[in-house]
Amino acid sequence: MNRKKALQAPYLFWSVMFILIPLCMIFYYGFTDKTGAFTLENIMAIATAEHAKALWLSMLLSLVSTVLCLVIAYPLAMILSSMNVSQNSFIVVIFILPMWMNFLLRTLAWQTLLEKTGVINNILSFLHLPALNIINTPPAIILGMVYNFLPFMVLPIYNALVKIDKNVINAAKDLGANQVQTFIRIILPLSIPGVISGITMVFVPALTTFVISTLLGGSKILLIGNVIEQEFTRAGNWYLGSGLSIVLMIFIIVNMVLSSVFDKDGEGAIL
Amino acid sequence: MKKRLIATTAVLCTTIVSLLSGCGASSEGKNGQVIVYNWGEYIDPETITMFEEETGIKVIYDEFETNEIMYPKVETGASLCDVVCPSDYMIQKMIDNDLLAELDFDKLPNATENIGAQYWENSKQFDAENKYSVPYCWGTVGILYNKTMVDEPVTSWSILWNEKYADNILMQDSVRDAFMVALKLNGCSMNSTDEKELEAAMQALIDQKPLVQAYVIDEVRDKMIGGEAALGVIYSGEAIYTQRENPDLEYVIPEEGTNIWIDSWVVPKNAPNMENAHIFIDFMCRPDIALKNFEYITYSTPNEGAKELIEDEDIRNSSIAFPDLSQYDNLETFSYLGEEGDELYNELWKKVKSN
Repeated sequence: MNRKKALQAPYLFWSVMFILIPLCMIFYYGFTDKTGAFTLENIMAIATAEHAKALWLSMLLSLVSTVLCLVIAYPLAMILSSMNVSQNSFIVVIFILPMWMNFLLRTLAWQTLLEKTGVINNILSFLHLPALNIINTPPAIILGMVYNFLPFMVLPIYNALVKIDKNVINAAKDLGANQVQTFIRIILPLSIPGVISGITMVFVPALTTFVISTLLGGSKILLIGNVIEQEFTRAGNWYLGSGLSIVLMIFIIVNMVLSSVFDKDGEGAIL
Repeated sequence: MKKRLIATTAVLCTTIVSLLSGCGASSEGKNGQVIVYNWGEYIDPETITMFEEETGIKVIYDEFETNEIMYPKVETGASLCDVVCPSDYMIQKMIDNDLLAELDFDKLPNATENIGAQYWENSKQFDAENKYSVPYCWGTVGILYNKTMVDEPVTSWSILWNEKYADNILMQDSVRDAFMVALKLNGCSMNSTDEKELEAAMQALIDQKPLVQAYVIDEVRDKMIGGEAALGVIYSGEAIYTQRENPDLEYVIPEEGTNIWIDSWVVPKNAPNMENAHIFIDFMCRPDIALKNFEYITYSTPNEGAKELIEDEDIRNSSIAFPDLSQYDNLETFSYLGEEGDELYNELWKKVKSN
């Protein structure tokens, strides 16, 4: 028993130091003002035009990105799982290889690619094709989100798909189901936990990002993540920044609750 | 599976141990250390190596992107530092909030000897008795334009509102600089706290936003060199560098006037290595070191000794590096506007950005 406790100690220390205490601090700052008095102002500040607009825009962009990721990832995961490859195989490694590179660098690379005089436009103009002008616009941000978060959608779906017992699919075929029926009635329902977990893993980071919108949006598009970041780093108003973080947390928790309802057994977990 | 886990753990452990021991050996020089917190790309790294070799003091070097990012870090003491290099108005704010230590000028002979009298005079705007700061770099803010893309004379900030250059304009992504441009355009002081003037400036910035390609800080340099935009708001120090890389670029100080700024070395009150901080600042004021830094970062130096050492006559007489300021009567230095002023600016800036 004692030994078990000793083994738990590092994790306990970790959770308290890096999860619990910071969380408490955010709540403390979020519900107080500069004088230290209790206030709800920082929370209600989400209703002001600039903040509400930023939140709305964040939701919209991350929703579009999540849908795009799903549309791209599902067929890809099906292909990967039907190839009968194990998780350590070459193909899967190739796919997650970009994740080994720094996230900032990858996003910065997209900036260079998409610029007016960037690589893509140079190639396009060489081919006498019209230039692509999406840098510093919402589509560029969506592109960055989809590119960066796609693996987080593919892997859970892939995991859910490879876990489906082949006998179940064979049984469905034996009983006369055609390909479409098998997919809709067997494969899709069984892969839902993976899909839900993928949606959470894409939607949450997309909702909170501020780096992608800064780099690919030219700082012209203010997402809620940017607002919070700037309250901390530039305006020095930790109270408002924390208050807005709490609001954002509520949206994330709702998302988490929804996914845990669908994914009771944690089947879609990445590992 | 288990075997692999053990192997991984072993590798991880050895890495961590070697990292830790590596740090332990090098974290302090034989004469201790000095923690420097400076602007990004604002020093010749070679001068740091020289300092370490000559003094035996290890330099721990960190960078910030804007004054506003630097301030909370120093204020909260989250990262202790010995030497910081903020700009004028931020130094005033730090003095007001009692964050800075008085410098001991007996330990700074190079500073008293080499920094030109006019720069000490200018510094009095934010450091009334010249007690807290030693000027490091100075300059103006102006418009950098690409001669191949702009076919009319650039004389006024108003060209940044010209629809001909839509999507070809780069603005500074920093609240005071952005408002400075709009306030000057409207003929107001850039230290205005008048709500009407600021609202008008905000409206001007909102009107301008559709024409702006991006709000950038350091990236303006590379984007202008690459021909990504026709016009950009830039610090004069970057102008020489960008011209060297792309001869099509030209720098102007608009006729409505602009910001003349000074970045100075200061020492926070809670600096752990006060003594070494003075040694570092004095070292940076040595003419040969100041010259090295000038040549590397190309920001105007207040160091008269270094200026004399500049061999290239074009640079020494360059109107960008060392402009004759007497011809302008509408240059201003930023001053700290108090907490309320800061809040007002930030609030209006947020409105511009979210529009």
